[in-house]
Amino acid sequence: MSATLIDNATAEQPRNDRNYLNADHTLKSWLLTVDHKRIGILYLIAVTIFFFIGAVAAAMIRYELTSPHGILLSSEVYNKTFSAHGIYMVFQFLVVAIPAVLGNFLIPLMIGARDMAFPRLNLLSWYMFMTGGLLITLSFILGGVDAGWTFYVPLSTLSETQISLCLVGIFITGFSSIFTAVNFIATIHKMRAPGMTWYRLPLYIWSHYSTAIVILLGTPVVAITLFLVVVERGFGFGIFSPELGGDPVLFQHLFWFYSHPAVYIMILPAFGVISEIITCFSRRPIFGYKFIAYSSLAIAFLGFLVWGHHMFLSSQSVLQGLIFSIITWILAVPSAIKVFNWTTTMYKGSIHFSTPMLYALGFMGLFLIGGLTGLHLASIDTDVHLTGTYFIVAHFHYVMVGGTIMGYLGGIHFWFPKMFGRTYSEMWGRISAMIVFVGFNLTFFPQFIVGYLGMPRRYHYYYFAPEWQFYHILSTAGSTVLGIGFLLPGIYLTYAIFKGKKAGPNPWGAKGLEWEQAGSPPITENFEKPVLVLEDPYNYNPEEDSKMYEHEVESADMLGGRK
Amino acid sequence: MSGHAHAQGDGPEVYFQYEDIDQQQESYVVGMWAFLMTEVMFFGALFLIYTLYRWKFHDTFFFAHEQLNWKMGGLNTAVLLFSSVMVAFAVHFAQKGKKTAQLICLGMTLMCAFGFLVIKTFEYGAKGDHKLYPNYTFEYGAHDKDHKVESWWDDNLPAFMHIEKKEQHGDPKNAKLFYSIYFTMTGLHGLHVVIGIIAITSLMVLIMIKSPLITDYVPTELVGLYWHFVDLVWIFLYPLFYLIPR
Repeated sequence: MSATLIDNATAEQPRNDRNYLNADHTLKSWLLTVDHKRIGILYLIAVTIFFFIGAVAAAMIRYELTSPHGILLSSEVYNKTFSAHGIYMVFQFLVVAIPAVLGNFLIPLMIGARDMAFPRLNLLSWYMFMTGGLLITLSFILGGVDAGWTFYVPLSTLSETQISLCLVGIFITGFSSIFTAVNFIATIHKMRAPGMTWYRLPLYIWSHYSTAIVILLGTPVVAITLFLVVVERGFGFGIFSPELGGDPVLFQHLFWFYSHPAVYIMILPAFGVISEIITCFSRRPIFGYKFIAYSSLAIAFLGFLVWGHHMFLSSQSVLQGLIFSIITWILAVPSAIKVFNWTTTMYKGSIHFSTPMLYALGFMGLFLIGGLTGLHLASIDTDVHLTGTYFIVAHFHYVMVGGTIMGYLGGIHFWFPKMFGRTYSEMWGRISAMIVFVGFNLTFFPQFIVGYLGMPRRYHYYYFAPEWQFYHILSTAGSTVLGIGFLLPGIYLTYAIFKGKKAGPNPWGAKGLEWEQAGSPPITENFEKPVLVLEDPYNYNPEEDSKMYEHEVESADMLGGRK
Repeated sequence: MSGHAHAQGDGPEVYFQYEDIDQQQESYVVGMWAFLMTEVMFFGALFLIYTLYRWKFHDTFFFAHEQLNWKMGGLNTAVLLFSSVMVAFAVHFAQKGKKTAQLICLGMTLMCAFGFLVIKTFEYGAKGDHKLYPNYTFEYGAHDKDHKVESWWDDNLPAFMHIEKKEQHGDPKNAKLFYSIYFTMTGLHGLHVVIGIIAITSLMVLIMIKSPLITDYVPTELVGLYWHFVDLVWIFLYPLFYLIPR
């Protein structure tokens, strides 16, 4: 570790210039690569594009809602716009963002393997992801989809928009994530380096293992459900349509059987990222390692038993609703365990407020609000009032954006030096983390209030209650700030990829195989020497930590901070 | 080592990401079981749909299932069971390194798979003749001679006779549901048989051209696991659709 301190890092060290990025420069070498790191980068580019499309749709929604009568869009176009926002963000960004980008890149590095268990399958799943994404995009080019991302029957079987094409796209994307999950499970089970026992695995790996289980068990169910909708539209088979003899509520059951666990597919990897960041920048071993590890598995398990809380107002019986409500409350326990453990980890630590840490702290605050408002929705009586309003919209954005995207951005900033071998501007990093936090709260906190007052979701006007305009304008202003917060990292990180200062192998002074035993960026085979793991993870010591690390020098200079 | 496989003596080829052949083989088997877990959930959702609707429309499902040919279904069950035995032998011979016997067993499996599809095609064809495709051409009871008489009666007799007909044949709407589920599940199963045929054929070709990809029994075992799964799905499909008790 001493080699990572500045005083040593500034000394001339012979550096091996060969790495996975400059191994080969042709386009073909990227498109046909089986290297998990390059596939991670391919995913990074892809999800950024899909995020951008989803964000444009979000901007149109927010602009529309600045006036009680709507400004820009007709009802049909508005329906297609929020459908596009939901479909792109959920299926093409949130579900894949952390596992496919950071998971692909880091899992072999963290467990001391040379690659994933099935590198070619890994590449195939990227191509399936792109095929799914292109089909979805095609369906929007050919006229769009107006059934929302939930595709409730009978709307989705009766609608005359491009739903079938879009569903086929989602089906293919789903199988892409199933193949990724198969790869994760085989890799984590069988590819660990000698000495890397289960309890020496970083918590990041435990999170991804739990995620892979949820993907494996949940995704096929939604795949077959959406497939049945396609069959129903194409051939007139009647399974969900009431006029053909079917039961539309069954669709909701099957859909939420996947789509509630899908929330945990999105948030569990973010938990893993936060566990890594909090320990590194508190310089303390994580508190309650086993509790965090098993709470991930508990969330994965309980996540499959709560789908009915999306359906309190369907034909579900009160007893059913009660049971789902109770299990949902129980599910809050393992999530809370994680937050308590992170907080305790920081206690008496030597805390560094670097960019990733700012994102992690933001995550904890926002996830707390998102989680606690979830309990209002988990109780049947308050849910009856709040369901279908902007309160729900605000709640799941606090969990999805405040949780997953904060975790994703924190992770990208944390491992950026590892991925590209260069450091970004720490000052701009901290500024944009602050902008994201402020912009996010400004966007979504007013939605809690306006939702509580009764603003229904998926409406593109509210002329019946013009007094809500104040909250909507606050929210739209916040989304502009949030948009700037998302745009800034796009600019300074892209700049840093090409022009950033070279980073040493371990600019944060972090623990873990990927920092201590691999270069920045790593070579194609990840490790120069055979890996042997002899110590527990997160072997930090706050007392010894009085020195600054490589990455903090620049910002300290700029801000006139400590030297 | 970079990107290329390296061989360890005469033993099977080890890809660069693995330490040794054991790790490689175990990873393949773990990956296949994980994939089969997904497949179980994939069909599981359909079995759930079947269960709920059969519970709800028990009588209609009973009447509708009488149009299915349980003898052909039974023959198909036997064919698939035999093919599963053959695949098990193929894995056994692969482990023993007896290539010819392995190829013969795989060939038998392949023939069974084709046989299954041929029988299935006849069955589907008959359903088409009887207008039982659950699309817009669906006409429940169209092939039934007794029913045809009743249809004539429909036009000529008072309404209370219709109720009796309903009791005997069930509601056509729910019968259509039965056939929707039947065609979806057997169709998806048939698709899995086709994928199995492709997998077995590729495996046989690779063995015959002595491809470096096939140096041990694991590829055969993986194909075998998949084929057993396809067989297992049918083992559940056959009684659920063809042998419904009254």
